[in-house]
Amino acid sequence: MTQTSPTTGGQGPLGKHDIAALIARDIPHGAFVNLGIGQPTLVADHLSPGSGVVLHTENGMLNMGPAASADQIDPDLTNAGKVPVTELPGAAYFHHADSFAMMRGGHLDICVLGAFQVSARGDLANWHTGAADAIPAVGGAMDLAIGAKKVFVMMTLFTRDGAPKLVSECGYPLTGLACVDRVYTDLAVFDITPDGVRVRQTFGIDVPELAARLGLPLQTGAPEHPA
Amino acid sequence: MTTRLCAHADEAVADVQDGATVLVGGFGMAGMPVALIDALIRQGATDLTVVSNNAGNGDTGLAALLAKGRVRKVICSFPRQADSWVFDGLYRAGRIELEVVPQGTLAERLRAAGAGIGAFFCPTGAGTLLAEGKEVREIDGRLHVLEYPIGGDVALIGAHRADRMGNLVYRKTARNFGPVMATAATTVVAQVREVVETGEIDPETVVTPSIFVDRVVQVADHS
Repeated sequence: MTQTSPTTGGQGPLGKHDIAALIARDIPHGAFVNLGIGQPTLVADHLSPGSGVVLHTENGMLNMGPAASADQIDPDLTNAGKVPVTELPGAAYFHHADSFAMMRGGHLDICVLGAFQVSARGDLANWHTGAADAIPAVGGAMDLAIGAKKVFVMMTLFTRDGAPKLVSECGYPLTGLACVDRVYTDLAVFDITPDGVRVRQTFGIDVPELAARLGLPLQTGAPEHPA
Repeated sequence: MTTRLCAHADEAVADVQDGATVLVGGFGMAGMPVALIDALIRQGATDLTVVSNNAGNGDTGLAALLAKGRVRKVICSFPRQADSWVFDGLYRAGRIELEVVPQGTLAERLRAAGAGIGAFFCPTGAGTLLAEGKEVREIDGRLHVLEYPIGGDVALIGAHRADRMGNLVYRKTARNFGPVMATAATTVVAQVREVVETGEIDPETVVTPSIFVDRVVQVADHS
C-alpha cells in the first residue's frame, strides 16, 4: 500500500467559516443536502450559485434559499430552526412524512451535523447531554444521522476544557450507531473507515501530535477498502 | 360524513372530551392552528394528551393551553426551545409527562395510524435511549426498532384554503404535519384563511382530500 501524507492545509486551527468553506468544496455538484441547525448552516454561505446543490429542510422543503431579509419575512416559510427563509426557483413543498422518507429512504445525499462527540466507529452523540436536569429534545437529529447517504460532522476537535470530541467511545447519549462518514474540525479532517480513523487533512498540527492529543490510533494514506 | 363548515372555532371544538388525545399541527408557529387552540382553552377540556412537533412557543397557542394546566402528557420531538418557558416550567415542576419521539418517527407513527398500519420497524433511534424498552430486530444487517401508530381523538390543523367540501390546500412550510395528522384522528378540524366554492380548487392541487376533514373554520389569519 502506498503511504501518502495527509494534506497539510497550512496554519491552524481553522475558524468555523473556514471549516464551512472546506465542507462546501467537498459537496458534489447537484447533491441534495440537509444542513443541521447551528454551525452547519454556515456551509450554505460557501456554496457557489453554480454548485447545483439543492438544500433540503426537514420541515418540508427542497431548494431552500437564504435567510429572508426583513421585507421578505413570511411566517409560512421557515427552516428547521424556525428562521424565516426564502425559496429558490424549482423549490418544492411536502409534508413531514414525505420529508423524512427522503432521509430514511436513502434519497438525501449528504447531511452536515454538529456533534458533542463522535466515536472512532462513527457513533454520533449530538442530541442530549444526559444531565439530570436537561430536557431531552431530539428533533430530526436521529432521522438525519441514520438516513442520509453520507453524514458529515462539523465540530471543534476539542472542548473548551481540552477534552477530545473524537473518542474511542461516546460518553454522551447516542444519536445513531456507526453513522458518521467524515468529521471536519478546526485541526483536521477525518474519514471514519472500517479500518479505523483516517486523517485526510491537518491544519497546523502533525499526525503524531494529533494522535497523542486524541489518544487514538490514526491511519494515513489511501484506504484499504475505498468507499 | 360530509365536512361541516363551522361559523366559529368554538363550535368546531365543542365536543372535545376530557382525557382526549389531541393532534396539533404546526412546526413552531408555522401552521399552528392558534384560533382552534384558543377555542379549546375556552371549551375547557382537560387531562389531554397533546401530540405535536413542539411543546409550545412563547405564551400563545399550544403554550397557552399548557399554561392552563389542561395537558397531562406531551408527545413531541422537540420540546426545548429558546421560547418554550411554559413547558420547561411544567416539566421541571413534574406537572407534565413527556414522550420524546424522533421527528420522522413521529410523522410515520401518525401516518401509520391514518393508513391502517399496525406497527412498523424503523432504523431511526436504534441503539439509543429512545429505543429502550422497544423490540429491536435486525433486518438486512441493520437494527430496526418496532414503532406503533399514534392516532388521535381529534386533530387540530392549520391550512391555507378549503373549499366547501373540505378539500385543503396548504401554504409553503406551514404544510408540515397537517396532511399526516388529517389522516390520523377520529375528528379532524381545519382552521383555514379562506373558504372557496366547491370546484374553485384545482383537483390536481388538493393536498388533503375532503374525506379526511370533518370540520372547517375560516379564520382571518393564524395569528
